[in-house]
Amino acid sequence: MFSLDRWQEIFQTIAKNKLRTFLSGFTVALGIFIFVILFGFGNGLENTFKEKFLDDATNTLRLFAGKTSKPYKGFKSNREIEFRNSDIEDIKLNFPFYLQYISPRIQRYSISSYKNQSNNYPTRGVSPSHSYFEKTIIMKGRFINENDLKLKAKNIVIGRLVAIDLFKQEEPLGKFMSLGDVAFKVVGVFQDEGGDNEERIIYMPYTTRQLLEKSNDRVDQILVSFKPKLGAKIAMVFEKKLRLFLKNKKSIDPTDKNGIYVRNVAQQLEQNQLFASVLKYIVTFVGLGTLLAGIIGISNIMVFVVKERTKELGVRKALGATPRSVIGMILQESIFITTLSGFIGMIIGVIILKNLGDNLDDYFITDPFINISTAVFSTFILIIFGAIAGYIPAKRAASIKPIVALRDE
Amino acid sequence: MIKIKNLHKSYKMGSNSLHVLKGIDFEVKEGELVAIMGSSGSGKSTLLNIIGMLDLLDTGEYNLDQVPISNLDETKAAQYRNKFLGFVFQSFNLINYKNALENVSLPLYYQRINRKERRKVALNYLDKVGLKEWATHLPSELSGGQKQRVAIARAMAAKPKVLLADEPTGALDSKTSYEVMDLIQKINEEGKTILVVTHEEDIAKMCKRVVKLKDGIIVEDKIVKQVLASKYV
Repeated sequence: MFSLDRWQEIFQTIAKNKLRTFLSGFTVALGIFIFVILFGFGNGLENTFKEKFLDDATNTLRLFAGKTSKPYKGFKSNREIEFRNSDIEDIKLNFPFYLQYISPRIQRYSISSYKNQSNNYPTRGVSPSHSYFEKTIIMKGRFINENDLKLKAKNIVIGRLVAIDLFKQEEPLGKFMSLGDVAFKVVGVFQDEGGDNEERIIYMPYTTRQLLEKSNDRVDQILVSFKPKLGAKIAMVFEKKLRLFLKNKKSIDPTDKNGIYVRNVAQQLEQNQLFASVLKYIVTFVGLGTLLAGIIGISNIMVFVVKERTKELGVRKALGATPRSVIGMILQESIFITTLSGFIGMIIGVIILKNLGDNLDDYFITDPFINISTAVFSTFILIIFGAIAGYIPAKRAASIKPIVALRDE
Repeated sequence: MIKIKNLHKSYKMGSNSLHVLKGIDFEVKEGELVAIMGSSGSGKSTLLNIIGMLDLLDTGEYNLDQVPISNLDETKAAQYRNKFLGFVFQSFNLINYKNALENVSLPLYYQRINRKERRKVALNYLDKVGLKEWATHLPSELSGGQKQRVAIARAMAAKPKVLLADEPTGALDSKTSYEVMDLIQKINEEGKTILVVTHEEDIAKMCKRVVKLKDGIIVEDKIVKQVLASKYV
């Protein structure tokens, strides 16, 4: 039922009672605003975790070597264990049932330069299958291939941001750049969804890296992926067998917790996701609390408003206002204010979230956002509760006999 | 116009009840100007409130312009008040954030009269009480006498059958009181039925009939020779 007269009456009341209108509007706007911001931050936290951990293949075991902590078979404890190329071959030979991909990784840092641009980047000596583990996406050219390995070629694949940093507008493919004091040919450019750091990496054949380091056959780290169809349980068996196999091969006490480390990415991911979702629950809970505080705030204000207007409502009733028109007037006013200020608060919140973007990356919040539908829904919830909160005192005021309302205090 | 038979009214005060009106028989014809007098606690305001449908009677009969007033729900009562009755209160009861014109228009708003017409009628009544130039002033910018005149204009604007005034001069000095009474007398001369509750003798003498209440019953009901307020103005 639209009535211009009613609206004029309400606008007059609003305009003539600015403080009251402002207070109730502010409470609602603040409630929604904080809810939107917190909810957005919750999503931002989740994004951070996704970005940090989901860009890599999850069916991955990472093998590291370290110092033993127990003497075994005549070896003293505190012995340094190192992986060698032969270990990779042995794993391939012994675990064909489980194994999908395997790649070594030898990470170094080198001053990389092209013309007069230079910077320090991590360089990784890897095999072709490494691209699977990091979900490396080739933009131009190609990744390291078997031929590179065999020839110990001085070919490199550089990250998208390395190309931008060093080559600027120039086409890097086929160009020679130096790592340390050795010249390499750029054969590919890749991108990675794992964020900026993942795109500031240079890949080369691991055999080339070994050649540069006096033709040794040492490997820092071995990445192993199991066949995804095996499932988590069998992957655990594989992990155990692999550990035992390597310990046996390297003459490490099977009960030694050190020497060989196996990190299961899937398990780690699960823990991180759990952590992220718990954080999100907490943030959402706080947001809901704010929303609730907003509802309680608007309820209080409505009780106060109706109390303040008791006399006016009595006058109106004496002049012929029906209870329905009294309730309608108060409700329409309160719904109008909550709707308007609720959406203002929501829009400000959404705009701030949009503009935050990556500014809070350092605080583990990436691209905070809120679904428009979630924002609108929560605004409606507040409006509905605001209406209910207004209805109860309005109904009471409407049922007070005018004589009581008009009584002089 | 008003017919009341054997009216009783009591208020519950905790465990005991206070019997305020103990069988009132009362009749008012069209065009009368009646003063209801009595000391405080005599029940005069309660009687006026029941006549004004601001309060409900316990037992008895009440007919207003041949319409029996009983078992009214709030909605019906509001409609009757709007149609039949105009109120003038001791404390004016103007809405403080509305200017004089808007206050006078308010009963017309509840009669669903359109905005333009409302303004016209309201301005006309403000003119009648001599406050046309004050139409856009807020109540806080008006003197007590002016406020009461706005209130009278507001009560008249809905063209009620009966005007009920509860101590209309109670908050005014005597000079302003006489001005207000002068206005009430003039409205009465135009044929409007008016009931005035007062405890002041001189105000009562300005009416045409005086009804005295004591302890909830009518003790005196006489026609008096009206003193014209205009003599004192």
